[in-house]
Amino acid sequence: MMKYIDDYKNPGAARKITENINTLAEKLPAAKRNFSIMEVCGSHTMAIARYGIRELLPENISLISGPGCPVCVTDAGYIDTAVELSRNGITIATFGDMINVPGSDTSLGKCRSEGADIHICYSPLSALELAEKNPDREVVFLAIGFETTIAPLMALLETAKSKNIKNLSIMTAFKLVPPALEALTSDPELKVDSFLCPAHVSAIIGERPYQLFVKKHKIPCVIASFEPLDILYGIEGILEQVVSNKAFVDNRYKRVVKQEGNTTAQHFMDKYLVPYDASWRGIGIIPRSGLKLKNEFDEYNTEKRFNIEVKPGKPNPACRCGDVLKGKIKPSECPLFRRTCNPFHPVGPCMVSSEGSCAAFFKYVK
Amino acid sequence: MTDKIQIAHGGGGRLSSQLIDDQIVSRFGDGPLKGLPDAASLPGINGRIIYSTDSYVVQPIEFPGGNIGNLAIHGTVNDISVAGGKPLWISLSLIIEEGFEMSTFRKVLDTIKSSAEECGVKVVTGDTKVVAKGQCDKIFINTSGIGEAFSEFTLNKTNIKPGDKIIVNGTVGDHGMAVLTAREGINIINGPESDTASVHRLVESAREFGGHVKFMRDPTRGGVATVLNEIVENNNFGIKLKETELPVSPGTHSISEILGIDPLALACEGRMLLVCSPEVSEKILQKWKKFPEGKKAKVIGTATEDRGMVLLEAVTGGTRLVDVPLGELLPRIC
Repeated sequence: MMKYIDDYKNPGAARKITENINTLAEKLPAAKRNFSIMEVCGSHTMAIARYGIRELLPENISLISGPGCPVCVTDAGYIDTAVELSRNGITIATFGDMINVPGSDTSLGKCRSEGADIHICYSPLSALELAEKNPDREVVFLAIGFETTIAPLMALLETAKSKNIKNLSIMTAFKLVPPALEALTSDPELKVDSFLCPAHVSAIIGERPYQLFVKKHKIPCVIASFEPLDILYGIEGILEQVVSNKAFVDNRYKRVVKQEGNTTAQHFMDKYLVPYDASWRGIGIIPRSGLKLKNEFDEYNTEKRFNIEVKPGKPNPACRCGDVLKGKIKPSECPLFRRTCNPFHPVGPCMVSSEGSCAAFFKYVK
Repeated sequence: MTDKIQIAHGGGGRLSSQLIDDQIVSRFGDGPLKGLPDAASLPGINGRIIYSTDSYVVQPIEFPGGNIGNLAIHGTVNDISVAGGKPLWISLSLIIEEGFEMSTFRKVLDTIKSSAEECGVKVVTGDTKVVAKGQCDKIFINTSGIGEAFSEFTLNKTNIKPGDKIIVNGTVGDHGMAVLTAREGINIINGPESDTASVHRLVESAREFGGHVKFMRDPTRGGVATVLNEIVENNNFGIKLKETELPVSPGTHSISEILGIDPLALACEGRMLLVCSPEVSEKILQKWKKFPEGKKAKVIGTATEDRGMVLLEAVTGGTRLVDVPLGELLPRIC
């Protein structure tokens, strides 16, 4: 197995692709001389920083980190609601990254130290076990994530239903990648010339959603994986399109991403969920960019079950996570970066999440 | 003989003395421990005295490649060694939880005995306490050690200059990863094994390079990343590592890829980092490679002019920061 992974870290091959990227960058047409590539996925952001990829690129090619970290784009009001539930004696099950994200006033981590019952899960199935073992407690799973996480969570509901578990509900803040691409491209303040499309999300949705997008906007889209060679190969693919004056969906992660995606996962998502206009932290409402549970599954819907509503939060106004998420500024350009905001005292979610741009810059970039 | 430790084993009565006689004196009672005096009476030594202490609370107490007994000796021996000393004597304090399996207890003591013999140190004093169930976890061990400083070394990180080389004696991060896999029940074929071992012979073999050896340290908790950041902190130099030169065992490499853990942030228990002037680095490597604990020794980096910064040249050729891990990645790894 390791040989297989190490092949995608081969220094000789990396050098060759980097050379080719530099050659292509010199051939860019005048109008696209200064060219930007947005990586939409948080795992890409981390890998780019970890392997020092930004530094290998010529000056006229800039990498912009997009809103691809699910924790980062979750509204502060969502955290506030989770905090309120936990203070009312409800058991919260969550992925670890959410624990230290600041809401309007506090974080779940602080609530836990004050005695709230909050459990970190590595797999959604742990939430199910938690509910099974504690039939007298209400368990709420904080269901955030992009397409990659959504499908397995729907499988969780399927299991909960078959096991007739009545004390588990999910508070959804699911987000979809393609509508975000659309919103970013239409933003007049932004100049995104191309997209490095996510690996795992693409494994679920396939190539088609990007094809519709490319047809409309004529922007190169390349699907790439997370190893350093994959990312370089993806960037090379984007530049090849620009030099030859083309724009299409180039799947450079064929070893996993099928053209039609994962149809089983898509089936589960269609069965349980409907699109709605979701609010993204720092960005605002994006049409049809979220998925919520269909009405027929109200009993699993935390908001319906407890008759509550997630209201917009009041994040720290000095935090510029929103501009970082939209790629308008680099994390180091935020006045709080490294000073008042660091992984020990995060002000915004981008500094907390293991996929956050600010965390990646703090950890890896000199 | 009972098969489990009881509270009375630590009570000072008959069971207590039986335990000490059968388990402790039988293994360690031939030297200063003979006759069980209240304190060890030891001969004088010539050079500076090096003195160190450490407590061992690893969970689980047995893991691939060793057990808590290895750590209790190697940890303290290595602390004395990398301070430039020859370890001589060691104390052994045991805090045991009621109900602890006698067979495991014996196994741990056997390991302590054989590890101490390999390191050339003598257990000269000690103590045994038993606490009620739940008041400790199986067994906690404290060892303190006394060593004699080698006169050849003048170790100080402020002596390090750009161009100096950083050497490690083997693969990094194996101990931390072995404990993690044992604790989380991750079973893979050819998985990571703890590197727990003593480095005293390596230190001794570097004596002849005297002043060329600038600094030594064992990268335990916080791993290589933490030690290197401590070395450059408030100093006039930085350090640059080369990812392609970092020795990482296949087992540790696979799991770190799956879990996204940087082996540089994982603890080692049988490794040392040595910083030396460039003219002796190859000679030290040659010497070290003759020992099993130094067979995979490598120069992993160089001191640079980048003040206070630890950088890594990645496989791609790009550079990144090597940061200190945020908190402890795993509690109770030693």
